[in-house]
Amino acid sequence: MNPLLELRGVSRRFGGLTAVSNVTLTVRPGEIVGLIGPNGAGKTTLVNVMTGVHPATAGSVLFNGRDVTRLAPWQAARAGIGRTFQIVQPFPELTVVENVAAAALFAGGAASIREARALAVEHLEFVGLGELAQRSASALTLAMRKRLELAKGLAMRPRLLLLDEVNAGLNSSEINQALELIQAVAARGVTILIIEHLMKVVTTLCSRVVVLHHGELIAEGTPLTVMRDPKVVQAYLGKRYAENTAGAVHD
Amino acid sequence: MSKSVMATADTAARRDLGLACVLFVLLALPPFLADTYILRLGTTMLMYAVLALSWNFIGGMAGYPSFATAAFFGLGAYAGGVAQKFGISMWIAWGIAGLLALLFAAALGLALLRLRGHYFAIASLVVAEVLREVINSATDLTGGGMGLNLPLRTGQSVVQQADFFYWTMLGLAAVAMAATIAVQHGRLGFGLRCIQQNESAADMLGVNTTATKTSAFALSAVFTGIAGAIYASWVNYIEPPDVFDVLYSVKPIVMVLLGGAGSVFGPLIGAGVFLGLEEIVWRRFLEVHSGVLGLLIVLLVLFLPRGLAGIARRRSRGSVS
Amino acid sequence: MLYLQVLLNGLVLGGLFACIAAGFSLVWGVLNVINILHGSFIVLGAYAAWYGHGLWGIHPFLSVLLIAPLFFALGYAIQAGLLNRVIAAPVLLTLTLTFGLDLMLSNAMLAAFKADFRKLVLDPPLGVLSVGNIVLPIDRLAAMGLALLLTLLLFLVLSRSRTGRAIVAVRMDREAASLMGVNVSRTYAITFGLGALMAGVAGPLIAMIFPISPLTGPVYLGKAFVVCVLGGLGSVPGAMVGGLVLGVVESFAALWFGPEHAVTVAFALLIAMLVFRPTGLLGRKGYE
Repeated sequence: MNPLLELRGVSRRFGGLTAVSNVTLTVRPGEIVGLIGPNGAGKTTLVNVMTGVHPATAGSVLFNGRDVTRLAPWQAARAGIGRTFQIVQPFPELTVVENVAAAALFAGGAASIREARALAVEHLEFVGLGELAQRSASALTLAMRKRLELAKGLAMRPRLLLLDEVNAGLNSSEINQALELIQAVAARGVTILIIEHLMKVVTTLCSRVVVLHHGELIAEGTPLTVMRDPKVVQAYLGKRYAENTAGAVHD
Repeated sequence: MSKSVMATADTAARRDLGLACVLFVLLALPPFLADTYILRLGTTMLMYAVLALSWNFIGGMAGYPSFATAAFFGLGAYAGGVAQKFGISMWIAWGIAGLLALLFAAALGLALLRLRGHYFAIASLVVAEVLREVINSATDLTGGGMGLNLPLRTGQSVVQQADFFYWTMLGLAAVAMAATIAVQHGRLGFGLRCIQQNESAADMLGVNTTATKTSAFALSAVFTGIAGAIYASWVNYIEPPDVFDVLYSVKPIVMVLLGGAGSVFGPLIGAGVFLGLEEIVWRRFLEVHSGVLGLLIVLLVLFLPRGLAGIARRRSRGSVS
Repeated sequence: MLYLQVLLNGLVLGGLFACIAAGFSLVWGVLNVINILHGSFIVLGAYAAWYGHGLWGIHPFLSVLLIAPLFFALGYAIQAGLLNRVIAAPVLLTLTLTFGLDLMLSNAMLAAFKADFRKLVLDPPLGVLSVGNIVLPIDRLAAMGLALLLTLLLFLVLSRSRTGRAIVAVRMDREAASLMGVNVSRTYAITFGLGALMAGVAGPLIAMIFPISPLTGPVYLGKAFVVCVLGGLGSVPGAMVGGLVLGVVESFAALWFGPEHAVTVAFALLIAMLVFRPTGLLGRKGYE
């Protein structure tokens, strides 16, 4: 099956700092891929490169066979690459439904504002925010805002949805709800790439995991394989720990 | 629930349109009732309304603090005047003025709309100064510092001229108002509001921010340019310091602040109130009238919460309420 | 030789421009407020010096000492009393507010001093300095020297004194400075006071070289803008560099395009800088 998203040798430099270095990865349709790595590994930067916020300084990004490396963010959005934000960015003074309708109208290809609003209401009900449609977006709690982000991401009618730490700051039951939602989204046929810190989420959702460290891809595979990979353990916990537990991991 | 979400938005557009129609019908009455002095005031008020409505596209809806209104006004005035000097008929000259202002804004927008906040404000302010100097120097074409005389309209009495310019300005204001309503309740307005709230988020949600902002900037120029051309024909003599006066950039902002933003009628109300105040002040405090204007501005900014809240953080009304 | 003369003229003027702009740049960089009053402050200082000289024979250099504390107090009062209320408001509002205040001040000055141009003429005149073919009027040189001295003093205050360090800290990070115990409101007021002071003391220097009138306020304001964009915001060295560059640019523009176009060229340069390099020649990013 042809890959939906392909990164070939992608690098991104900011002045002297290399945030992402020579990353090659593919995402196939229907997958849920996890992107993990310690803080500062470059995960959000990688997503920014995929969506055109920061153009790649080297390498190329292909989406559905089409070279999208130089697309502006709005063009990537309309091409079918949706995303949510780690630090939620609603339009604070617009209502919840207006926030989602914006996504439906400008990225999701709704034919009119009327249609966008109707779609927005649907998406809000899907994520469970139907009751809050008329509230101002700034009045929402964090968990609600994360769901709003998800609704916006869905309203973009993406083929590929990039979820950037949707679970940060949520408590245990909120996380379980989010997991169910994401699985429901995948069941609708949306391919997902999810940046996550929580292993529980990664092991539940992801069929494949990719690990980033200091901007480089250091491991790839199923969640369990990756978690045992000494390079990964070293990246998270340090060299000493990796060496000490090298034997213990195999049981 | 979903029904109410949709219903309120549609009715908002129709309500605005209905109200606007009533308002403009009422505004068409003065030439039948009032003397030429009142008509002159009315024409000025309508011109102010055009400027305020125009500024609202870029300053109110998009949130870009533009001080370029004087540039577009002066450009339109001179475009209209120079065209008529070359024998082009008045109506066509006005059209040329609008077109020129629109093209100028589109080109300028490409350079300036990449700037934000203060830098955009300064750059837009300075553009008027540069234009003024350029026009001032092109003496052969524009008369430079000696000013430009426009051909007088023959065959009309004083009263008929007063009526004519009143209705012309009214017509322009009506068009500007119609455009405002259409934009506010349509896709362009929605995009502009998103940009005003959070431009990078809007970009990432699929809003073509460059095209959207430039459209707003161009809209803010076209009606202003035509107003300038009409003004030139109305007063028959223009000179650079007059039509490029920085006050033409500041007054529309004050008017929108006065009228309260968030509604399509704010600029219109603000223009009316402002003109009333200006006329009273001019009559009583001639020597210090600009000082009193300054005081008004200061009081407005410091104490008018609705105006402050309206512009500073948009309370959104309109298509998707 | 002609080019050397023009260059030197430009540098001399540039020193003056640096002084004009330093206070403006400071206020913009630290408070994020564009002080439209700045030009009028300069003119007010110029008139203070003119009246001081005309009525009581006070030498302009001496007026500088008298004007400084008065204008500091004026600036402090305006900031603490008025600007502080809108300090967190968007660009549009603060700009419109200072515009309104400036309308009041310039109208007051027009009413009080009338629009006629006045010139402060020193008696006896200071003469010129001739080196080979180069001619430099001494009054201009002296004004430039004093301007640079004052700018340097401002720089020292910012970098050495405790208040100055506080100002710089607030400029860099308001929240952090506040957490460190800096009284941010008072720092803002002091900064604005300093800005007004620098404008006020530039007045006598200007009065010695150029004819003054309430109508010229916007001219100096315009120069301050250009210097800030050229040199970067909130930095005194930036104002120096920007001032000198502007002086030289205007000098050569006057030579090549005629003196009446020098200002337009400067403004065109401003727009070009904003479009291509908003961080200024020194590359220091200011507030937006």
